[in-house]
Amino acid sequence: MLLIPCPFCGEREEDEFVFGGDAKRERPTDPTSTSTEQWVDYVYNSNNTKGESLEWWWHAQGCTKWFRITRNTVTHAITPESDR
Amino acid sequence: MTRLQHGGSIDRDQPLEFTFNGKRYQGYAGDTLASALLANGVRLIGRSFKYHRPRGIVTAGGEETNALVQINGTADDPGFSEPNVRATTLKLTHGLDVSSVNCWPNPNLDVGAINSLLSPLLPAGFYYKTFMAGPWDRYAGAIRRAAGLGRVPKVPAKKRYERRYAHTDVLVIGAGPAGLRAALEAAKSGASVMLVDDQETPGGHLLDVKSGDGNHAAIQALAADPQTADLINYVPRTTATGYYDHNLVVAVQRQPDDAPWIYERLWHVRAREVILATGAVERPLVFVNNDRPGVMLASAARTYVNRYAVAPGQRAVFFTNNSSAYGAVFDLADAGITIGAVIDARPEPEQDLIAACRTRGISVYPNSVVIKATGKKQVAHATIASRSDLTRTRDEACDLLCMSGGWNPLVHLHSHSGAKPVYDERIAAFVPGESVQNERSVGACNGDFDFDTETFDIDALWEVGHNGTTGKAFVDYQNDVTTADIDLALRENFQSIEHVKRYTTAGMATDQGKMGNANVIGVVAQRLAQRPDDIGTTTYRPPFTPVSFGALGGADRGALILPTRNTPITPWNLEHGASMNEAGANFRRPFWFPNPGESDASAIARAAIAVRNGAGIYDATPLGKFELHGPDVPQLLNLLYTNRFDDLKVGHGRFGLMLREDGRLLDDGVTFRMEDHWLMTCGTGAASGVLMHIERLLQTELTHLKVYVVNVTSQWANICVCGPQSRAVLQSAGVDIDLSGDFKFMQMKSANVAGVAARVARVSYTGELSFEINARRRDALALWEALIAAGKPFDITPVGSETSAVLRIEKGFISAGTEGDNITNPFDAGLGWIVDMDKPDFIGKRTLMRDLEHDIPRQHVVGLLPEDPEFVVAEGSALLPREGSRDFQGHVTASCYSPTLDRPIALALLKNGKQRHGEEIVVSGLDRSIKAEVTKPVFYDPKGTRMRS
Repeated sequence: MLLIPCPFCGEREEDEFVFGGDAKRERPTDPTSTSTEQWVDYVYNSNNTKGESLEWWWHAQGCTKWFRITRNTVTHAITPESDR
Repeated sequence: MTRLQHGGSIDRDQPLEFTFNGKRYQGYAGDTLASALLANGVRLIGRSFKYHRPRGIVTAGGEETNALVQINGTADDPGFSEPNVRATTLKLTHGLDVSSVNCWPNPNLDVGAINSLLSPLLPAGFYYKTFMAGPWDRYAGAIRRAAGLGRVPKVPAKKRYERRYAHTDVLVIGAGPAGLRAALEAAKSGASVMLVDDQETPGGHLLDVKSGDGNHAAIQALAADPQTADLINYVPRTTATGYYDHNLVVAVQRQPDDAPWIYERLWHVRAREVILATGAVERPLVFVNNDRPGVMLASAARTYVNRYAVAPGQRAVFFTNNSSAYGAVFDLADAGITIGAVIDARPEPEQDLIAACRTRGISVYPNSVVIKATGKKQVAHATIASRSDLTRTRDEACDLLCMSGGWNPLVHLHSHSGAKPVYDERIAAFVPGESVQNERSVGACNGDFDFDTETFDIDALWEVGHNGTTGKAFVDYQNDVTTADIDLALRENFQSIEHVKRYTTAGMATDQGKMGNANVIGVVAQRLAQRPDDIGTTTYRPPFTPVSFGALGGADRGALILPTRNTPITPWNLEHGASMNEAGANFRRPFWFPNPGESDASAIARAAIAVRNGAGIYDATPLGKFELHGPDVPQLLNLLYTNRFDDLKVGHGRFGLMLREDGRLLDDGVTFRMEDHWLMTCGTGAASGVLMHIERLLQTELTHLKVYVVNVTSQWANICVCGPQSRAVLQSAGVDIDLSGDFKFMQMKSANVAGVAARVARVSYTGELSFEINARRRDALALWEALIAAGKPFDITPVGSETSAVLRIEKGFISAGTEGDNITNPFDAGLGWIVDMDKPDFIGKRTLMRDLEHDIPRQHVVGLLPEDPEFVVAEGSALLPREGSRDFQGHVTASCYSPTLDRPIALALLKNGKQRHGEEIVVSGLDRSIKAEVTKPVFYDPKGTRMRS
């Protein structure tokens, strides 16, 4: 079980958080004029990164804030966004 | 009796009675079950997993794989049952009742032993090959009964379990000499130190060697040092069972000193640094019948003599390939046990050891091996041969055959942490490799042995080999894996050690290769002419020793397993005989309110009729409720919902449909515009997901929007009065606003109802005229009771969730969780009327555009009228074009008997359903297939005039 550094509450057990996925994914600013290919790629395809991954996490059982961390998916080493 | 006259750390003044296989025995405080059984001359403990071979006690510790027992009761909990407990670590208590596992009627006369005769039919991979063919369900039961070990307990344990959490700078695992020193050093440096150890007292392997040993005394002094005691949080009787990410170690503590009423306590320890001092366990040697009762690890025999004052045999033969066994030889000889011979596989054992044997009158045979143990349920002879000529044999009589094949450092926790052990030629064993987490191994688990001989010398001997003699030589006792099984696996080209493991099951199960793994790797290396480090180890997985479900669950049992949420009306519901059930977001709700003697179905129908014709009252408090504040709420809602909200007037509400970005239903509900904020309602079970969705948008993508959200689900109670008489009920209860005229459907007004300040909304969950009354939680019960009293003349009826579901199916109100099944889009669900594709953007819009571009057949929500007026089709039943067809065209999503229509109805998802109203289709359930007519998904008041009335 990971120990996740919440920028507001400090290090807390993974149990308190909800994983929010790849933080590099961005919703196209104008979906209507986005091509179907681009849109389908945004909605359905996600990278399964090996190594450093910028991720959203939600401190659901705590301060209810969303924040980003960099997690190494191989070693689970975590870098808070403020340290980047 | 085989109890020695003197010695041991047992308390001879405290005799304890216990029962094994129905027979009463006596042991002493300080005994384990294994030592007490050996002291009573009991050698045959149980039968093996697959071949039902007789098995005895091999070890004196947690690595035991043979002497497993079933606990059938303890003095404080006579009904207590626990399977597959290791006799070697089970502390003897007064009144303990245990029996053998995997044998019937008893280990002496075991019917299942026929498996041993059938063994040519049961080689490795037998499962994979056999179960490919034929009707598995016919023979599964018989095979499952024949294999396996203990029995699952039938009644809940009365014993208490709990969980604890700890944070520490340094966690030291193991209180042997190395662990104690490490803990003391760390404590002196100012760090907080937790020291866990699986024994009663510190000392590690020194507890097992002869007392009076100088080193032992030094350790006792160290352990007794008051300074040490102050600095170190020492937790005895605690086994670390798993090492997880970010230095989390899980450990099980038995009967803690601070809370003796706790049977097991599960620790979660987060440590800045972990020091592994888990020691090493001796490994068996691989020769024919090396599993016979009486064949024992040399170190275990030594432990039984020194620690428990038990002679595990009267005439012992030792078989070793290393120098460590001699300490055991001397201790056994000095305790008065006859040593028949010491068989040393090494060509040139140390001269001083040979000399020390000679002074005790013990013969040492260098360059020799034991190729076979004979005797049926008990070893009787060791067949000895020269290593250079295995055909020249002689038999040596013995009732104890002590073996030492070297030592396996306990690298398990190191392996759990993600690191890879590496082979160390010097000790012919795997030792910790490079650390992945902040951990270090010290002492024997790091390969630094501390035996009483000057040096440790070993001649790797993975298996003894054949001279044509037949019989099984086991590499893994627990799973009954033999060298022949490894040969078979290699012959079938399973050559990677991971494949060998899975094909033969060696190193699997609760043992996790503590005893056998090194020998398996060694045998495979030898066969493939490779080195053990080229073969590598398989991954040791948690738990290190089995963890009971009791410990994992802790106090979370019964009512505490899932705390339920109550509404202010719950006490009234319970008082009025409601059938309560858990229904979304942990809320406990009434499902129906049966009258005395009334059937459930009748109670559900009676309430439905009351709502359609008179008045019902429903507690809708669990509904998710959020307040949205800020100037940009309209913008947010326009993006969240498929329809517009920015044009909603104050005092009005609107039904909204919320989608995910993939265009599928997330939730639906009514949102009201209040004077200075907005009030959103959503499905009970969906509330936490909806909140997460909104918070995510606001905090990540729409940070420019000035909106904040407050969850007020528990602050507001919601009582729904529904049915054509609901207006009259409210008026009779006393309400200070006009309930007709300009109070239209989908409006909300502040009002005083029966003396309670409230908000009244005209929305409908049932399709009837309804008033939802939102009141402060503390006022809700009084309001409910006032409404019930006022409704008496109208025969107001309390409505449970099941009735509510029936009313919704009649109206064709879909549920986001059933009809919306991650494939259904709003058009499929008949909710196209609420989707505003002209809005510039909303979440899910772009994917809906794509759905509309593609003309692929989709499943639509339809109604079904089954032809048999008595038969309610099962939810989940398949829809087929005709009887016997395999063309699956959809499934039933909701089904019930409709009291209003007096016939069964159903909602379903059906391929091209919108175009098929009036068609006949076959509904195929598990028991029965029947015909049904496809209809519009609404069975009652299709125009919705009643709810607007």
